[in-house]
Parts: sequence; structure tokens; C-alpha cells
Amino acid sequence: MSRLIFFLQEALRALRRNGAPTLAAVVTTVVTVILLGVLIPIFQTTQAKSEQVRSELNIHFGLYDDATKAEINALQGKLEAVPHVEEVAFISKGEALATLRSELKDKSIVEQLHTNPLPASFEVKADDAANLPGIRATVMGTENGGKPQPISPIISNPFDRQQASQQIEEVTSALKIVLTVMTALLIAASLMLVGNTIRLSIYTRRREVEVMRLVGATRWFIRWPFMIEGVVVGFVGGLVAILVLWLGKITVVDPLGDSFSFLAAQNNSTLSFPALVAILFAASVLVSTIGSGITLRRFLRV
Amino acid sequence: MARRKKKNVRDEEPRRPRGRRAPIIELSDVTKVYPGGHMALDRVNLAIGRGEFVFLVGPTGCGKSTLIKMLIRELSATEGAVKIAGRDIGALPEKKIPQLRRNIGTVFQDFKLLPNRTVYDNVAYALQVIGASRAEIRDQVPATLRLVGLSTKLHSYPDQLSGGEQQRVSVARAFVNHPPLLLADEPSGNLDPVTSIGIMQLLYRINKTGTTVVVVTHDREMVDNMRRRVVELYEGRVVRDEVSGGYTEESTTEFGLRMQAEMGVGREGEGLTNGHDQGSLL
Repeated sequence: MSRLIFFLQEALRALRRNGAPTLAAVVTTVVTVILLGVLIPIFQTTQAKSEQVRSELNIHFGLYDDATKAEINALQGKLEAVPHVEEVAFISKGEALATLRSELKDKSIVEQLHTNPLPASFEVKADDAANLPGIRATVMGTENGGKPQPISPIISNPFDRQQASQQIEEVTSALKIVLTVMTALLIAASLMLVGNTIRLSIYTRRREVEVMRLVGATRWFIRWPFMIEGVVVGFVGGLVAILVLWLGKITVVDPLGDSFSFLAAQNNSTLSFPALVAILFAASVLVSTIGSGITLRRFLRV
Repeated sequence: MARRKKKNVRDEEPRRPRGRRAPIIELSDVTKVYPGGHMALDRVNLAIGRGEFVFLVGPTGCGKSTLIKMLIRELSATEGAVKIAGRDIGALPEKKIPQLRRNIGTVFQDFKLLPNRTVYDNVAYALQVIGASRAEIRDQVPATLRLVGLSTKLHSYPDQLSGGEQQRVSVARAFVNHPPLLLADEPSGNLDPVTSIGIMQLLYRINKTGTTVVVVTHDREMVDNMRRRVVELYEGRVVRDEVSGGYTEESTTEFGLRMQAEMGVGREGEGLTNGHDQGSLL
């Protein structure tokens, strides 16, 4: 117990004496944690969105209205035989209209239609989003180039969300790379700044270290105050950052969440705020511990 | 070497268990070559018995400091064995080094005091960092500061003290956990002759409590007058190892008076008037 008090006293004494570098390390930790705190939900939201779109990926093959029942049944069999096709579902004109009606908020648009303009179609689901273009090419007979030769004459045209999904994937993967790089750089910066603080502290306290070695203090007895110093930096940095994030959440994100469904949806699909706080706090303390640990290993030979 | 060892055994208390009869310091054929090829010590053989007071002298660069650093395993011998209390410390695992150092007090020319701590805290620090309890600290620190004659300066900071007083603090710190061996590397190097006598008197008093004291110095006059065992190093070799004449038991006061007389300094020296409670230990 008295040892713990001694370690804490030593660590706080050192932090007071090295005000400027300590502040730099704390501020960097704060910035890193805030960014992490913003990035993690964004990351998760884009991930969830992209997966949602990916799982919805399917191709509709529109059919001519004059297709006979026999032709439709024959086509269903052919479609099921195409490689990588997982599921084939027939959607009649009536079903298509019903779906459209349920998706639209303004029902009056549908009511104003006198006839049903929607074609009947086959909805084809692939086992993986990456196989969709192959299925599309096979069904439409475009794989050998030249004039399209659909596997059945009743297929009018395919319509799918391939382009949209590709765009989402491109954007999210670029975003992910940028965010990951930024986070990695910031973590590296905090590691180095915490390390630098500890290094300065070792330097200003070299006499204490010398005396401790001479009178026979053990290696860890000498190290603990420095370790605690680093942890305090992470602790304070994490605390400040979480406070800022919490303020941001209640003043900006929560009011916006009421009007933007995208933000509101994220609350369900991503981590809860307490879990996020716990992760961030653990991360900041961990990073500062690692930073001081590496520095002690390198610069404190005892 | 063996003969001298025997002679000094007489100084020890007769009731010591057998295993503890080994000389407290024993160097056999110790050679130290620094990276770059400089040979600091060249096959040094030396044995110092328990309770001895030994001067280690020699010109700068003769290997004195190297020898001291080896005794606390700050350095390791290139060849040969350094034994403390019969144990080869060269073979000591890293983890055991702190334990070794807890049994060896060290005093340096530059005091190595912590400038932002009081006299009391400086001495207490040595106990704190080896995990001593508060009770022990409360008990030992004032007693040790009384021994070195600084009980009135507990709350002074090092820069408010004279050089002699600072060195006393550093002696107190080295001795506060009563190690059986005290090493002093040029303890009076920065001090005037009168103050030096005071420090020597203090070390002598500590020696009288049974602690082995090894003092490194290049103050020839001091060494000649103290009439203690002298080991002289020259270019890494022991060139002289003798017990000066008149190796007699004397009280600390007698010792101080004789030193004053022989070195021709007045009796109002700082070191002498400060040693007011020798009776507690002697």
C-alpha cells in the first residue's frame, strides 16, 4: 500500500515537472481517441450498409408480357441450372406492383396508374455478389461478345443494382483504407509522444534512477513510477476525449438522429455508446502503456 | 595475502558462524579490459576481511573506480572472480543484483543527493525504494542522521548545506540500512582538509560498529596519517598492500584528535564539533 502511494507520488511529481511534453502527449492522445471515437461508428455503419446492399444483391430478369406459362417454367429450370445461382423466384406483374406500392410513401402515384406497367420477372440470387456479373453474362448470352443471345426468348432485359453496389463498395473500401491509415498514423504518433514524455522523464530523473540503482531498488521498483506516468497520460487523454465525444453526441448526433434515418439506424447496428467508451478508454490506456513500456525497455537500463 | 587475511580475522567477533568467515571482499586474478582494449585492472588479487578499514589509493586512471564499480556489479570482470562474502558476484543473476547492492553502502565524491528533497527525504528515499515499511523509515532515518551529526538539519535542502554536510547526508543514506560493507569513492575529494577529517572520522565511527569500510582516495597525507591498511593500485596492478604502523584500537575522539594533530589543523573543525553523540554507537 505504501509502495503504491510512493509510485503514484513519484509519477505525479514527474508529470508536474515535465508539464509541456506531458501536455503534448495528453493532447495527442485526446485527438487520437476522438478520431477513433468518430471512426469506429462510421466504420461500422459503412460496413453494415455495404453488407446490407451486398446481401440484397440480385438480378431481375424482366419478361415480355406475352410469355406463356410453359415458357416461364422452362426458363425457371434453366436459370436454376446456371452456375452460382442460389435462388430463383418468379415475381408476377401483380406482385411487382404490390412491392412498389409498399416501398413508396406516396401511394397516390400508384393509384393514378391505369394499367400495370411493371413486367413480370425472375429474381435471381447469387451465392456471392462477385458471381453476379457471370450469371448476368450467362443468362443474357453476352459472354462470347457480339449480339446478345438470351437463354430464353422471353427475357426482355435485366435490371439490377450492380452499379449501385459497386459504387458503394468502391467508396467504402477507399474510405476504409483512408480511415485505417489515419488511425494507424495517429496511434503511432501517440505511442511516440507518450514514449517521448517518458524518455524526458527518465532524463530529468536520472539522479533518482542512479540513487535507486545504487541502494538496490529492484528493476520493477524503478520502472513502476514511469509506467504509471504513461498510464496517467493515457487515462487523462482518454477521459478528456470521451467527454468531448459525449458532448458531441448529445449536442450534434442525437438531435440529427431524429431527422436523419441514416444516423438513427446506426445506433441499432453499431456498438452502444457505453461499449464504445469502454473500448476507447481501454485503447488509450493500452497505447500509453505500450508507449512507456517500449521506451523503458530502450532507455532505462537497470 | 592469506597471511594478512588471517591477521584481520582477529578483529571479528569470535561467535560468527563458520560460513561467514570468508573475507567480505575477495578478488582473485581479476582482469578488466574495456571495449577498445584498455586494460583497467590487471590480475588483481585482494582480500579484505570483515570489519577492516582499507584505503585504496593510486593516481587517476589506475583502476580504483573500476574496482569499486565491480564490487557493486556495475561492471563485470573480464577474467577472474570477484567474491563478496564468499559469493562470486560475477555469477550472480541480474535479479539478485539489487540484493547485493542493499548490502553495500556507497558514497561518492559528488554526493549524488536529490536536490529537490530534504535531508530527511534523501535518506528516507534509500529505504523507500527498497520497500522498507514506514515504521522502519521513521525509526532508522532520524537515528542515522543523529549518527552523522545532522539531526538539526532534517528539513534543509541539499543546496542549503555545506559540502561537508552534504557528504554526511550521503554517508547517512549509504548507511541507513546498516550494510556490512561501505564503499566510499573519493568521499573527501571536494572538501577542505578540516571537513575531510570530519568525514574520515565519521567513516571510522561507522567502521567501529563492525562495518567494513573501503575508502578510495588520492589524498596521500590523509592515508599516511590514518595508519590503516593501504592498498595502492598503479596502472591496474596492486603495487602496495600494507598495514601502516600503529594499527591500534582508538576511540573516534582519539582518532580525530590525532588526525588533527598530524595534519596540523585546528580543533574547531566542522566535522569534529558535529559528532556529538558518538556514545550511542560506540
